[in-house]
Amino acid sequence: MWEYTEKVKETFLKPKNVGEIADADAVGEVGSIICGDALKLFLKVDKETGKITDATFQTFGCASAIASSSALTEMVKGKTLDEALSISNQDIADFLGGLPEQKMHCSVMGREALEAAISNYKGEQITRKEEGTLICKCFDVTEEKIRKVAIENHLTTVEEITNFTKAGGGCGECIPNIEAILRDIWSLKVPEKPVKPKKLTNLHKIALIQEIVENEIRPGLQADNGDVEIIDIEGSKVTVALRGMCTGCLMADVTIKGIQEKLRELISDDIIVETYQ
Amino acid sequence: MSTIYLDNNATTRIAPEVLEEMMPYLTDLYGNPSSMHTFGGQLHRKVEQARGKVASLLGAEPEEIIFTSCGTESDNAAIMSAVESHSRKKHVITTRVEHPAVLNFCKHLARKGYRVTFVPVNHLGQLDLDFLFKSADDDTAVVSIMFANNETGVIFPVAEIAERLKERDILFHTDAVQAAGKLSIDLKSLPVDMISISGHKLHAPKGIGVLYVRKGTRFSPFVIGGHQERGRRAGTENVASIIGLGKACELADKFLHEEATYLKTLSDRLETALLSCCPDTRINGDVENRLPNTTNISFEYVEGEAILLRLNEFGICASSGSACTSGSLEPSHVLRAMGIPYTAVHGSIRFSLSRFTTNQEIDTVIQVMPGIIKELRELSPFGREKFFCPPD
Repeated sequence: MWEYTEKVKETFLKPKNVGEIADADAVGEVGSIICGDALKLFLKVDKETGKITDATFQTFGCASAIASSSALTEMVKGKTLDEALSISNQDIADFLGGLPEQKMHCSVMGREALEAAISNYKGEQITRKEEGTLICKCFDVTEEKIRKVAIENHLTTVEEITNFTKAGGGCGECIPNIEAILRDIWSLKVPEKPVKPKKLTNLHKIALIQEIVENEIRPGLQADNGDVEIIDIEGSKVTVALRGMCTGCLMADVTIKGIQEKLRELISDDIIVETYQ
Repeated sequence: MSTIYLDNNATTRIAPEVLEEMMPYLTDLYGNPSSMHTFGGQLHRKVEQARGKVASLLGAEPEEIIFTSCGTESDNAAIMSAVESHSRKKHVITTRVEHPAVLNFCKHLARKGYRVTFVPVNHLGQLDLDFLFKSADDDTAVVSIMFANNETGVIFPVAEIAERLKERDILFHTDAVQAAGKLSIDLKSLPVDMISISGHKLHAPKGIGVLYVRKGTRFSPFVIGGHQERGRRAGTENVASIIGLGKACELADKFLHEEATYLKTLSDRLETALLSCCPDTRINGDVENRLPNTTNISFEYVEGEAILLRLNEFGICASSGSACTSGSLEPSHVLRAMGIPYTAVHGSIRFSLSRFTTNQEIDTVIQVMPGIIKELRELSPFGREKFFCPPD
């Protein structure tokens, strides 16, 4: 037995805004009877003000799916489309005094129906499934949906993903993939900026410049049949000579500038790179 | 509001006679039957009397009865014993519609490297016997097939299967948790090797089960420890529940035939009325070979949990094969194995009756059900072209 709040029970037993709007300005349809829940949202929008003047629903699903649908229609009425779009699945759950964890996917379905209806109103192609890799075959859930819901709701475990999207709740074959997605989201996505050494001795600086030129710059130039050689390092001034195809290349200035940027990024902002005359 | 309990395949009311019989052993007579003193030791005789009553319901010998903690333990122990005591055989046969106690244990064996065959069923839930007999070979350690299905009530031809397997000397276990006390089982003429039973499905308390092991069958214990149950199931006896189960079996034996007729009349009436008042409604399972107390009905285009919670408002207890009620996100494996359309699986409701069910209770369900289905279908985006006949 699910622990539904009184508000969920009350809304399920006496849902508001049930039915179709014959001349709806927007219709959003999500879910399917195969997955066990489906929601069709109808909106009437005032063209002058952009406000939602009426909203109704038809839902096939459990008590929390019906309650979430009813809540959604109550919440969007009187709002502009932009205001409506700011309603998150958590807002729908909150409106109902909370949903059992395992039923959070009902609130996600509400949010999706709203997005679908607004896209429909704006004349955008209704993509019922976001483009992307299908992760959960049992419930037709894409990687994009998993990422989106995970980030919006700060989900960190497969169990939570299943509660919010159903993904992984069927045969379980995709669980390793969901784990990988979660690891990818919550490990730092942007590689850490290399920390610039604070204070460098001249000797250290020369060694560092040589190392960077050797490992990070020359391979790139050599790939294009060019090359670079360090002639001298004096304080912050690095004198280099371009070799191979780089010699006399029209882009030589750009190449020199590129080397300078790289050295500044990795070593020190005051580095100047000059060509040996 | 009184409770109308139509979920007896989930669990049953403890019969008043059973509770009365148990009470002394939950209060004053708390001894351990293994003790040397009279206070505890006298209980040994009571446990043996109960064993006799259980054996009598099944047409078994008392020493063939092992008390366990539940039906699941009995199922696990039976299959485990079979594979352990035939260690060279690496094949197990079961069905796709078993209770999780057998199904998931067999899947566990499959992960351990056993070859497991899951015999399919047809749209009526009838077993593919040809498939079964063709799958069995010299490598088969055990065949475990339920007596009657818990969700649909469909009865499998256990006698025929037992005979055929006996000819080929293949061990046969049947999970009779739903059948015991509802169908007559006589192990003198029915050559199954092992049977599982659960107390709380036949008006005894929860936490007591039985594993019948035919004399001469190799047995390897599942719960290992003390000498209880002749070394076949360790652990201090659940004395009060064993005594309660003894009484429950005695009552089941007494009421069996009378009860079957009564339940059949009630559930037939319920089915006929619901089918006539709610369009797009279907019965799941073979109605000719079914437990007299079970009816599984699908109301298309509506979801089972929603139906159950509306029924709950009237105090009516039933269950559903829908995904939302299964605890997982997948709907009933039984109905899916039968190839029932998803639309119907999600809207399936099981009513399971008992001898405590009254005619008035069935009337109430018949009265409220069409309204509930109508209201929920009005909410649903599917099947809008359907219309309803007014209930009588």
